[in-house]
Amino acid sequence: MSVVPGRAALRVGPVSAPWRPRTVLVPLVTLGVLFLGVVVNCGRGDIDIPFGQVALALFGGGDEADRLVVTELRLPRSATGALVGASLALAGAIIQGLGRNPLASPDILGITAGSGVGAVTVIVFGGAYGGVGGAVADVGVPVAAAAGGLLAAVAVYLLAVRRDLSGYRVLLVGVGVNAVLTSVLSWLLLKADIVDAGRALLWLNGSLNGASWDTARPPLWALVALLPVALALSFPFGALAFDDDTARGLGVRMNATRAVLLLTAVLLTAAATAAAGPVAFVALASPQLAVRLVRAGSPPLLASALVGAAVTVWADVLGRTAFGSVELPVGILTAALGAPYLLYLLVRSGRARTS
Amino acid sequence: MTDTTPTRSASAAPEEARPSVRLRAQGLTLAYGDRAVVHELDLDVPDRTVTVIIGPNGCGKSTLLRAFGRLMKPAAGSVLLDGQPVHRIPTRKVAERVGLLPQSPMAPEGLSVADLVARGRHPHQTWYRRWSSDDEAAVAEALRATGMVELAGRTLDELSGGQRQRAWIAMALAQQTELLLLDEPTNHLDLAHQVEVLDLVRDLHLTMGRTVVMVLHDLSLAARYADRLVAMRQGRVVAQGTPSQVLTEELVEEVFGLRARVRVDEETGAPLVIPLSRHTGLVEGPRDDRM
Repeated sequence: MSVVPGRAALRVGPVSAPWRPRTVLVPLVTLGVLFLGVVVNCGRGDIDIPFGQVALALFGGGDEADRLVVTELRLPRSATGALVGASLALAGAIIQGLGRNPLASPDILGITAGSGVGAVTVIVFGGAYGGVGGAVADVGVPVAAAAGGLLAAVAVYLLAVRRDLSGYRVLLVGVGVNAVLTSVLSWLLLKADIVDAGRALLWLNGSLNGASWDTARPPLWALVALLPVALALSFPFGALAFDDDTARGLGVRMNATRAVLLLTAVLLTAAATAAAGPVAFVALASPQLAVRLVRAGSPPLLASALVGAAVTVWADVLGRTAFGSVELPVGILTAALGAPYLLYLLVRSGRARTS
Repeated sequence: MTDTTPTRSASAAPEEARPSVRLRAQGLTLAYGDRAVVHELDLDVPDRTVTVIIGPNGCGKSTLLRAFGRLMKPAAGSVLLDGQPVHRIPTRKVAERVGLLPQSPMAPEGLSVADLVARGRHPHQTWYRRWSSDDEAAVAEALRATGMVELAGRTLDELSGGQRQRAWIAMALAQQTELLLLDEPTNHLDLAHQVEVLDLVRDLHLTMGRTVVMVLHDLSLAARYADRLVAMRQGRVVAQGTPSQVLTEELVEEVFGLRARVRVDEETGAPLVIPLSRHTGLVEGPRDDRM
């Protein structure tokens, strides 16, 4: 039997795949890192709980008081963070793969900005001073964020899809839509009174403050429904990393596959943004981190989602604990960590082009 | 020929099962938007031949090749693959029968040669069957046929232009299709590498019975490696036939607007095209005055 270098086989019955240790090891290790982050995050607070007891409580054991504090009060925050991070990173991985561009992400396509406009509209016009009651505003923000994200995506789709869904075109249109929405956001913030503007700004930074099991629900349902879709499409997704003609020549149904994957990414982004606001750079950086860890050609979907979850939870741990009594929103931490990385990517891609 | 086993791939398909015309363009009009590039074109690609399409830039030869590969919908007319309209056949079924190498293919960064060639198995795989023993055998065979076994572990960006082109051809080979469409497979290669790649294509045709359609720019190389030559100009076929029938001084002038001498290569018997330039002095004088 001939052996092809680097492609040892893993075969069980009709199931077969090339055996790559990293595609198994990286998700497992990342899962461990994520779990550690959750333990640390649940342990720190007004009353510190030793990590061992947190871990026990998470598995349903240990002291009853600890269990109450951990699972009822503190876990929702970590869970929301992990789910939001996973959703954003999965969406980012899909869009980077479709655009064949490491700089592509829901942020750049204007989907996140669309969610922002939706939510800020409710905060500004439906807030306490705007005639609509606080309860309506509470329900309204997530729904409006999801609707705004979807509308932005539909706008990008309609403008970009006229001839076909070529990655380049979608990106350019996305940048344009993003610019328009960002100026709408600025206008909304100028119109708002000072209290509403403050709330809007906090939300726009991406925050897990006050996260409950209710906030965790949108990204949870989105992941339950859409992660299987994404994983099922990961097979043609790999072929989409090639140019259009090559991919079509390999028998990939380009437009159908792309449309379903794009819709998946949009829904994931909208659900995540509805839960925690636009947490910056997770969608951009996590898939790239995963690509390098797994050493894959296109962003690995499952590994990206796990990396996104771990990155977000650890950013939240840092934001809560690293600056003394000041708790920073998670979005500020991810932005502070992600921005240098974005610069690195830009410098690197510039260098690749000139060499 | 009675002992051919039909279980093996394209290389050993039973003789009788193969139609004599594999691809046929019928009144084919191809357009990008409103701009028609190919006009009511008729062309047959016979089985087990190497057909080379020549013509000036923008004459529609690459577009025609894309239509043969189902990458483009005809504005009018049709492309028949073994007698069936290619657009009625699902993409994946076409990919099992026609392999395709675009003019400038792009692979993801850092991809290894083995992984690139293995990607050619895509039409034969499913989401749970991604590396069967058939896949492995086909990839190993494609690497061997292209002389890429030693380089299989390298990444694409570590290769020379000629090696990279061979890797891409290996990917198309691993697809194990009876038909291969190659759009300028010698693009950006120096002369030695051009000959190397074309020799490989010839081998595939001779030893594996593949039917090849390719676009080439170098007329002398085209004449040397083609069974059939098709000359195109402004979206129409101007001439087709054996290289000696097609490649005449009149045709080169008509198709390319270039004055040239056509000689017979003593080694191969194929026509050789020697272009004349404004500086050779020969252009100004009447043709019979030369030498």
